[in-house]
Amino acid sequence: MTKRLLVLLSVLLAVSMLLPACGPAPYECTDPIGCVTVAPGEPIHLAYAMVISGPDETLGIDSRNGLDVAVALKGKVLGHDIQLTGEDDGCSAEGGQAAGTKLAADPTIVAVFGTSCSSAARVAVPLMSQAGFVIISSSNTAPDLTEAGNPNNHPGYLRTAHNDKVQGAAAAKFAFEKMGVKKAATIHDGSLYAEKLQAVFADTFKQLGGTITTQEAVDPNATDFKSVLTSIAAGAPEFIYYPIFVKAGSLITRQAKEVPGLENVYLMGADGMFSPDVAEGAGEAVEGLFVSSPDTAAFTADYQSVFLPKYKELAGTDPISIFHAHAYDAMNMVIAAIEKVAVQDKDGTLHIPRQALRDAMYGTKDFPGLTGNLTCTPTGDCADPKIAVYEYHAGQYPPERIWP
Amino acid sequence: MLRTWRQRITATDIVVWVIGLAIAVMVVYGSAKTLALGKYDAATWLDLTITGLALGGVYALIALGYTLVYGILRMINFAHSEVFMSGPYTATFMAYALISLGWWNKYPVLSLLIVMLVAAVVSSSIAVLLERIAYRPLRTAPRLVPLITAIGASFFLQYTFRGLYGSGLKGYPEMDIFKGFLMIAGIRVFKTQATAIIGAIVLMLILYAIVQKTKIGKAMRSVSEDKEVAALMGIDVDKTIATTFALGGAAAGLAGILYLLLFPVAHFYMGFFPGLKAFTAAVLGGIGNVPGAFLGAMLLGLLESVGPSLFLDGLGIPAAYQLKDAIAFTILVFILIFRPSGILGERLTQAKA
Repeated sequence: MTKRLLVLLSVLLAVSMLLPACGPAPYECTDPIGCVTVAPGEPIHLAYAMVISGPDETLGIDSRNGLDVAVALKGKVLGHDIQLTGEDDGCSAEGGQAAGTKLAADPTIVAVFGTSCSSAARVAVPLMSQAGFVIISSSNTAPDLTEAGNPNNHPGYLRTAHNDKVQGAAAAKFAFEKMGVKKAATIHDGSLYAEKLQAVFADTFKQLGGTITTQEAVDPNATDFKSVLTSIAAGAPEFIYYPIFVKAGSLITRQAKEVPGLENVYLMGADGMFSPDVAEGAGEAVEGLFVSSPDTAAFTADYQSVFLPKYKELAGTDPISIFHAHAYDAMNMVIAAIEKVAVQDKDGTLHIPRQALRDAMYGTKDFPGLTGNLTCTPTGDCADPKIAVYEYHAGQYPPERIWP
Repeated sequence: MLRTWRQRITATDIVVWVIGLAIAVMVVYGSAKTLALGKYDAATWLDLTITGLALGGVYALIALGYTLVYGILRMINFAHSEVFMSGPYTATFMAYALISLGWWNKYPVLSLLIVMLVAAVVSSSIAVLLERIAYRPLRTAPRLVPLITAIGASFFLQYTFRGLYGSGLKGYPEMDIFKGFLMIAGIRVFKTQATAIIGAIVLMLILYAIVQKTKIGKAMRSVSEDKEVAALMGIDVDKTIATTFALGGAAAGLAGILYLLLFPVAHFYMGFFPGLKAFTAAVLGGIGNVPGAFLGAMLLGLLESVGPSLFLDGLGIPAAYQLKDAIAFTILVFILIFRPSGILGERLTQAKA
């Protein structure tokens, strides 16, 4: 009995060892959330969900240009081209919903770059996470997106942008220590990004020993901010921090100079206002406006020698916002992870297991990117954050780096 | 007597009155608490008031376009906000041309006249074209049809201008003569705000005079009473309607220049919110009524500017200005509960019913 079984087993073993030699065994997907199969000659489908129209478009278009540069410099991945398609996230919850729903319906997508704005991420990320994608954002900075246990933290989501815990604290330090102000006011526009950022700023500022006079909120689509600024002026702040977006940001910059009592306050925005449109929209009033932003001076040498020339060649302009390098790093991280986990058949067919890809992304360690050495936390914070403060001068772009 | 009165009251009336009362109590209580707090001094309240009046002036001129068209065609021209956007947006480019010529600050009055002319002509022509292409063929169609074409035309114009000028922001250049402020009876008023208020009042009076005193105004009024009879009396109805659109368009174009003086950033979407507010102002004042539009607009401007601080600060609500539109529209509901045809609307509605 045992002898017979042994014989049977050894025969089976021999046959199974022979099999690969006779012909290719069909790839069997054992990944818990499925695999993407890319036929020979077909491109690997990656997508973006970024704001590419409307008043905040420079943010998304700039990041998309960063992706294009990465694809152009990389060429083929495991013998396949990269196809990049995308949706507009509108920099809003509604836009995020539309973009997320559309992308999640396409099973050929391996990874999505986006969103541009944290408000869009809040609704788009759960949809795309359900679909099994790797989602990696180059400009979402709201802290809760990568906070363990937070309902806004979803599997498969990572970011190469800094967490606003870092940016808000840096801005508060700049205000208190460098500018020596003791009383500050903040304005947010109800977006996830701005609200969290100003909250971190306010907390840090208070911890340092300062006073927050007002924490106001405005409608990002409004044009009249004089009333709200007048009411802020009643608290006599020396510093106003409004980490919002281009349109409202430039209008507030302009109107603040015309409100009695605010002629000499310091004005400061965040990376969402690092754009030539701010200089254009605010006109002469932009003089002296501070913005915090990733420190481009801390980027690696390749940024100047390789990335920027290619960006200029492809986009025809200098960078128009600040997250292009983060997008570039995101693309390279995804490509590296695909190369690591993909299984390739003899005929060139590529199988990409989705969960393994996510694991590879979360496992990224000391990845040499333009923005620094990237190591991802288990919840998806991959940035090597270095924040600097820049000062705008009228008729000049980009703004001047002044701190640290 | 009491019984008939009781029979006439329905549950809806009671609900509406309760809502009205709740709003009134909130407003009075909030204002009293805010004033007791003393967070803002008199100068701040004055600043807020002037800001509100300047904003109201702009709304008033846009509201005119809604009201004139409604008065004559009984139709809401929802593309009017794009008529408002088109002229000033184009004029911004004219302003840059004048700067490169060196005229902008050298001949400020002449430059301003040129810019205003460009804005008025562009807005006016777009309004006339809109009437000719989108509304005239549908004049006999059911009422909702032109409403839908109006919305379609609105999107068409928005995205045409986006295609023409891009979706970015375009800063409107400041003029040296509008920098700084004036002291009027010890009150500090910015020159731009003074210009907006005075400009709006003057334009309003001119328009009112045209409607009331001129021959074409008489024709407009008679077409608005009854198109068929007016035609029988030898009035060219098509021409009169086109003139109405031209006038409303020109007012919107000029309003746009005042708007750019106050908020000097032009973009393709700039018409939407002011348009919505102006429409609200027209309804608030009694749609179809020219002085009503003015009153409604000033009230709305004031509510938006003073309202959040006055009503909400005392109630301890943080970030009150986030709710400025909510406040403005709550008060709108309040007024419409008690005066459903708007502040000055009654007489007119009855006359035309």
